[in-house]
Amino acid sequence: MADVSVDPKALSEGERPIFQASWGKLFMWFFLVSDAFTFSGLLIAYGALRVRAGSDGYNWALPEEVFTHAPILHEIFHIDAPLVFVGLMTFVLILSSVTMVLAVEAGHRKSKKEVQKWVFWTIIGGITFLSCQAYEWYHFISGTGIYYNAEDHRFESGGMMLSASLLEESQETAPKIVGLEDKKVIVFYPGGLEHFYENKIHGAHGGDGGGGHEEATKLGLRNGAEITNKGDIKKLLEHAHHSHDGSFVMKWDEVGKSGLEKILKKTGTTPADIASVKVYAQKSINGDTLRMVMRNGYEITYPSLIQTLKKPGVKVDQEGHIAKIEEDGYYPSQGGASMYANQYGRKAFANLFFFVTGFHGTHVFSGVILLIILYLNVRKGTYEKRGHYEMTEKIGLYWHFVDLVWVFVFTFFYLV
Amino acid sequence: MAAADGGASARKEIIQTALILSGLTAFEFLIAFIWKDVGAAIGVEEEFAKLMKNLLFIILTLFKAFYIVAYFMHLKHEIRRLSVTIVLPFLFIIWLIIGLMLEGGYWGAGVDAEQTTLNKVEMVEDNA
Repeated sequence: MADVSVDPKALSEGERPIFQASWGKLFMWFFLVSDAFTFSGLLIAYGALRVRAGSDGYNWALPEEVFTHAPILHEIFHIDAPLVFVGLMTFVLILSSVTMVLAVEAGHRKSKKEVQKWVFWTIIGGITFLSCQAYEWYHFISGTGIYYNAEDHRFESGGMMLSASLLEESQETAPKIVGLEDKKVIVFYPGGLEHFYENKIHGAHGGDGGGGHEEATKLGLRNGAEITNKGDIKKLLEHAHHSHDGSFVMKWDEVGKSGLEKILKKTGTTPADIASVKVYAQKSINGDTLRMVMRNGYEITYPSLIQTLKKPGVKVDQEGHIAKIEEDGYYPSQGGASMYANQYGRKAFANLFFFVTGFHGTHVFSGVILLIILYLNVRKGTYEKRGHYEMTEKIGLYWHFVDLVWVFVFTFFYLV
Repeated sequence: MAAADGGASARKEIIQTALILSGLTAFEFLIAFIWKDVGAAIGVEEEFAKLMKNLLFIILTLFKAFYIVAYFMHLKHEIRRLSVTIVLPFLFIIWLIIGLMLEGGYWGAGVDAEQTTLNKVEMVEDNA
């Protein structure tokens, strides 16, 4: 570091600079070490939560599928391009790191013109990266839609933050309901289905709203039927089992006893009805459908799937297939971010994803501001007058650090 | 650092590092796209293939990190005690990673707050 002269007298301790680097650079390093600890903490927390979630593949987002949109490919051709856009972002940041280090090198030769040129390109790289992230986040926030493949009754991610479990779930629920056909379980909801879920969504215990075991004035069934006759309710509850979520359950073979069949018949519920797939909507306070409950107990919270199922033409046949969606199609999400429901799969994943990529983006943003200041000063000749371009090195260190963090973020959020 | 050759060797090093970083990233992409098919073709168990893939990604990431820190951030050309001062604290990070990865499986065991209570009718039948 021959360019950087350090006055030994300026050092309060020791006679010579033990690191042979200027205090400015040294403290930039120390700052970066502490910042690296911050990011390490976040990434390790992410790793630990993920280990905690288990490894059966249904509990966490599919990393490659986190963002599958790419400009033009998505808007015009409706093609999924997993990883492509994020990969582009990675290359942009690497390139901007290269131009930055070239600026630093030019600074060593005190070539004002070259420093100016390379810093300029670095700024362009930084702004490009931020724009890419804005595109990505815009799609996350506004909701990203879903593709429906009519041929094999399959729902595919249309580029969204998606947990594997949600994707599986939507594939499971829509075309095929497993388990229920042979089990034939009836579930009663005190206070009616809508009321029951209303309470669940607002955090109240499901059983409370409709009155407890004794005071229930209304029982709802999944098919929408309701039982209000006091005697019938009493009879049903005598045979039904209290379940852990506040509802009541009864096996179909228990129904045959003591005239329960008659009660159910009154509501229009038949055995065939029980085995068929029905979807029930749960409305939020502002009227949006928040979740749908499938006949077998699966819940759908994914907004565009809900939207799809709400289409007037959609009917579900007795084998449990969605019968009336005939076209392949792209169903744009009506949902996106909301205060009422989590659209982003596993909560721990979404929280850390947004926090860490956002925090990194904040670093890039600060970096761009620093680079702009650097650029203006280089142009003004500040560093020429000062006799060295050490500021380029310091900001360069910061910029490389941002690139370094992205290397890790990229690996852990989009690859592994 | 003002090299006698007008910075030519420094620039060469920069370009080399840039090529290595781009190459590693491109390789990561390739792996992300073809790994599954290759694994299936060889007949490796899916879980094992996934583990190996993740391990490979992490190793490649560490390589990339090394090149960025050593050459772009110039740490390799700083004097030894500076680089040691900066690198040593990350032993704590390694310790934290090992600690939490090992213990992560036990964390909150038995309490799964995110599982909704409505998911499966089968669960109910246990009470019955």
